[in-house]
Amino acid sequence: MADPILSVRDLHTYFVADEGVVRAVDGTSFDLHSGRTLGIVGESGCGKSVTAKSILRIVERPGRIVSGQIMLRRQNGSTVDLTTLPTDGRDMRSIRGGEIGLVFQEPMSSLSAFHTIGNQLMEAIRLHTNLSKRAIREQAIELLAMVGIPRPAQRIDSYSFELSGGLRQRVMIAMALAAEPRVLIADEPTTALDVTTQAQILDLIRRLQQERDLAVMLITHDMGVIAEMADDVVVMYLGKEVEKGPVDDIFHAPRHPYTKSLLRSIPSVLAEPRSRLATITGSIPHPFARPGGCPFHPRCPDRHAVCEITVPAEVVIGENHVTACHLYNKVAA
Amino acid sequence: MTVLDVRHLRKHFPLRQGLLGRTSGYVKAVDDVSFSIEAGETLSLVGESGCGKTTTSRCILRAIKPSSGEILFRTANGEKIDVASLDKKQLRPLRRQMQMIFQDPFSSLNPRMTISEIIGEPLLVNGMTGTAERNKRVADLLELVQLPSAYLNRFPHAFSGGQRQRIGIARALALNPSLIVADEPVSALDVSVQAQIVNLMLDLQDRLGLAYLFVAHDLSVVKHVSHRVAVMYVGRIVEIAPTTSLFNTPGHPYTEALLSAVPVPDPRRRAQRIVLEGDVADPSDPPSGCHFHPRCQYATDQCRTETPELREIAPGHSVRCLRAEELSLLGVPTGA
Repeated sequence: MADPILSVRDLHTYFVADEGVVRAVDGTSFDLHSGRTLGIVGESGCGKSVTAKSILRIVERPGRIVSGQIMLRRQNGSTVDLTTLPTDGRDMRSIRGGEIGLVFQEPMSSLSAFHTIGNQLMEAIRLHTNLSKRAIREQAIELLAMVGIPRPAQRIDSYSFELSGGLRQRVMIAMALAAEPRVLIADEPTTALDVTTQAQILDLIRRLQQERDLAVMLITHDMGVIAEMADDVVVMYLGKEVEKGPVDDIFHAPRHPYTKSLLRSIPSVLAEPRSRLATITGSIPHPFARPGGCPFHPRCPDRHAVCEITVPAEVVIGENHVTACHLYNKVAA
Repeated sequence: MTVLDVRHLRKHFPLRQGLLGRTSGYVKAVDDVSFSIEAGETLSLVGESGCGKTTTSRCILRAIKPSSGEILFRTANGEKIDVASLDKKQLRPLRRQMQMIFQDPFSSLNPRMTISEIIGEPLLVNGMTGTAERNKRVADLLELVQLPSAYLNRFPHAFSGGQRQRIGIARALALNPSLIVADEPVSALDVSVQAQIVNLMLDLQDRLGLAYLFVAHDLSVVKHVSHRVAVMYVGRIVEIAPTTSLFNTPGHPYTEALLSAVPVPDPRRRAQRIVLEGDVADPSDPPSGCHFHPRCQYATDQCRTETPELREIAPGHSVRCLRAEELSLLGVPTGA
């Protein structure tokens, strides 16, 4: 495989509050490659969104990146560690929305209700290019057409509230791609949408990825969406990556007890009607009450004494397939 | 035993325009919907946002007054009462028999009340004034939803989403209802917790013989809870069938498209899906003929002009499509 375009190495992002420290991201490493999709999956509080915000350097206070590296291969060929750049500096501003595009979950709250979608889209183009006004408008119409908005030349002067959820999300994608980024971060891009609209948006992301050779980082809680879209998968739990590997391994040869339990507990359209679901006991702990040792041990069906004390190290169990679990670490167990 | 029998239910919201607020048209949010639910049965209402599934459930609970139609509810003493025609005062004794479980467990519990007050309130309002008796019932209800009775005096903020949803269920069950309307009860929950609540709802139904009207957009969850499923599109039921028939052999092109859009959690099954063009029709100005025809890949000229009726194509399986018999549509076979 070619060199990654973005490499995250041992990232730690903590939120320091009066009540204690929330280790929202606690040691995550992964690579993004051109033309490939990395799925990051986990339940609430697993740190998947904070990981994305860390890359874009938009973590809200009191959160901050405590350690780790985020290496981005830039358009001019140089490599830069994003954690060392000032958040509001010139470099970071041209990377955010420029070299790295992003799409959020809520298209309603991410678009301004006071400006037409054309205005917002043209602003995104203007910030990252030196085109004339007329050329910018033409390019905006082209972008709207590219993301499948009907009658783009008329729709460009609509306000976001005049559009349906699916069309709004298409506008968001057009904005994210306005500056021709090579990396696209999509944080729950279809969660607020109906299932038929979700299928349209996922199709669109896939098509644009092929056309533009984009590296896509797709964050979701939906294992179905991951199975549909991802080439590689990172499974996170309470800020830790518990397992990562090729999508087929994750679904057909999962090794970590959390991945296994999660896969068993998802409802499926293929299931027998009225069949009970397998459950994971307990619930996700409060961030201030994170268990010691392996964060999953209180809910784990295969736990041992060592799990309560020692944080498991990552073990390589297959090609590009690693898991952080004591079951596979012969030395510690 | 039929608990609920809805006949020709309609809810039309007037569209007002101009200075004088003259009615310029109607949004037909619910347009001639009929179905029934037996004791111990789950009927799911599914469809995209704006299809009228929530409006239907709100009419049944009489949170809003339907424009026309009958809602026949079987009361505890066996009478059949048309809920649609009752006024506020007459509704009161019936309300305890039909209860609701809400989507958002965070906003549906009062943060200033303890768990025992939240669950005990419906009992108190309905005349169970003895403290000891009420506390006993609340403790029983907590046990029913598998929460430790030690939690009685805590406040909602101390609980996780799943635990709060259990509290909401306990409150709904306090007055021994026969019908539970659950509007997206698990869609705000994490996957691992969602499974627990789905199982709990199945268990409670088996134990107490409850009838569920389950309103949801997630077809995977619907498959796990339903005996029968009704698919709605722009205010109308387009297909209603037993769960297995609906998923295995859908009869309406819209159902086929919905099923094909559900992501299957298996990367080896990245199917060729039917991606519907365009958006859901505007219920204030629905397309002529069959409402679905502009998005339907099987539409003919007849579909543009003629409005199909809901008709039975197999026992218990009704479809609102002119071409239901001739089309052979793709389902998702169980266990495939």
